[in-house]
Amino acid sequence: MKQIFAKPQSMTDKVSHYCPGCTHGIAHRLVGETIDELGIADRTIGVASVGCSVLAYEYFDVDFQQASHGRAPAVATGIKRVHPESIVFTYQGDGDLASIGTAEAIHAAMRGENITIIFINNAIYGMTGGQMAPTTLLGQQTTTTPEGRRFEEMGAPIRMAEMLATLDGAAYVARFSLHDIPNITKAKRAIKKSFQYQLEGKGFTIVELLSTCPTNWGMSPNESLEWVQTDMMKVYPLGEFKTPEEGEKK
Amino acid sequence: MDKRVVFDENRCKGCELCVPVCPVDIIFIADRINKLGYHPATVTEQDKCISCMMCAKICPDLVIEVFKPEKKVAG
Ligand SMILES: Cc1ncc(C[n+]2csc(CCOP(=O)(O)OP(=O)(O)O)c2C)c(N)n1
Ligand code: SF4
Ligand code: SF4
Ligand code: SF4
Repeated sequence: MKQIFAKPQSMTDKVSHYCPGCTHGIAHRLVGETIDELGIADRTIGVASVGCSVLAYEYFDVDFQQASHGRAPAVATGIKRVHPESIVFTYQGDGDLASIGTAEAIHAAMRGENITIIFINNAIYGMTGGQMAPTTLLGQQTTTTPEGRRFEEMGAPIRMAEMLATLDGAAYVARFSLHDIPNITKAKRAIKKSFQYQLEGKGFTIVELLSTCPTNWGMSPNESLEWVQTDMMKVYPLGEFKTPEEGEKK
Repeated sequence: MDKRVVFDENRCKGCELCVPVCPVDIIFIADRINKLGYHPATVTEQDKCISCMMCAKICPDLVIEVFKPEKKVAG
């Protein structure tokens, strides 16, 4: 028998603290596979954020720094500028990147920092118990929108990928989803591309990933995957919004 | 026969994501409880597994390893 699927070598053996069926774990694996395939484990530096993925450094066998809430792109900027030969990525949730850290993300993109952001959009604040995020869908119930998010009061979901794609400093901007195997395969391809562009010095790259939070959505893990497809994808279309070759796709 | 699919049961959180993706429908949730306190996913009908890796690709917890039979060299 020949082994055809195994845990990425750039990941540790630790069992994650994520809830059962949470797709943070799938995103981690795709990053780990990318690091393995590009052979960059010894020069990769990750930056963990605040949110459920605050302990991401426990699961990757590469150098890691943990940043304060929302500041991962600023920390990554510093690391990359001091160690330009390193491959630097941040791993941030939507509360972290699209709320408290909006400015850091936008300005890192504006400056064209040669870093990669893995952005987990699960339409909620997971770690703190399911409060509304800027990415929460209209009508979606959270602990702070028990009647559902209303546009008149809380505004509408923020589309970070589309917004960042308008910035000249951004080289690669894409959104993919983790809700089934074909989409996981596409997400993997985008993550690998984003790291490759960084290796080529193309500039700022970000991959937004539609992800689940079964615990705070109040659904089973399989129902959550379904909800990504039936509800989230209507608000967050998938695809590449900007590539170094073609620029912004309108 | 050697196993085609190996579940590291004590990593499994019983989330059931692997169950519906199996094209030959051989993955089920066991009655026993693992070290983490979950009912782990498992396969007993190894001979039916086609090594498609679907279960391993959807699993968020790196539970599953997949193997396929070595091609026989002619001659
Ligand atoms: C300065 C500061 N403000 C607020 C918090 C509380 N807090 C911790 S995590 C979090 C949001 C987490 O949501 P998200 O980034 O979407 O990640 P998830 O947990 O969903 O993966 C908040 C508001 C904090 N830790 N520090
Ligand atoms: S709270 Fe939500 S995002 Fe956090 S680990 Fe649990 S399911 Fe995942
Ligand atoms: S490898 Fe494919 S056939 Fe085998 S158990 Fe997994 S999903 Fe089923
Ligand atoms: S997907 Fe993984 S963690 Fe979930 S039940 Fe299957 S083997 Fe267990």
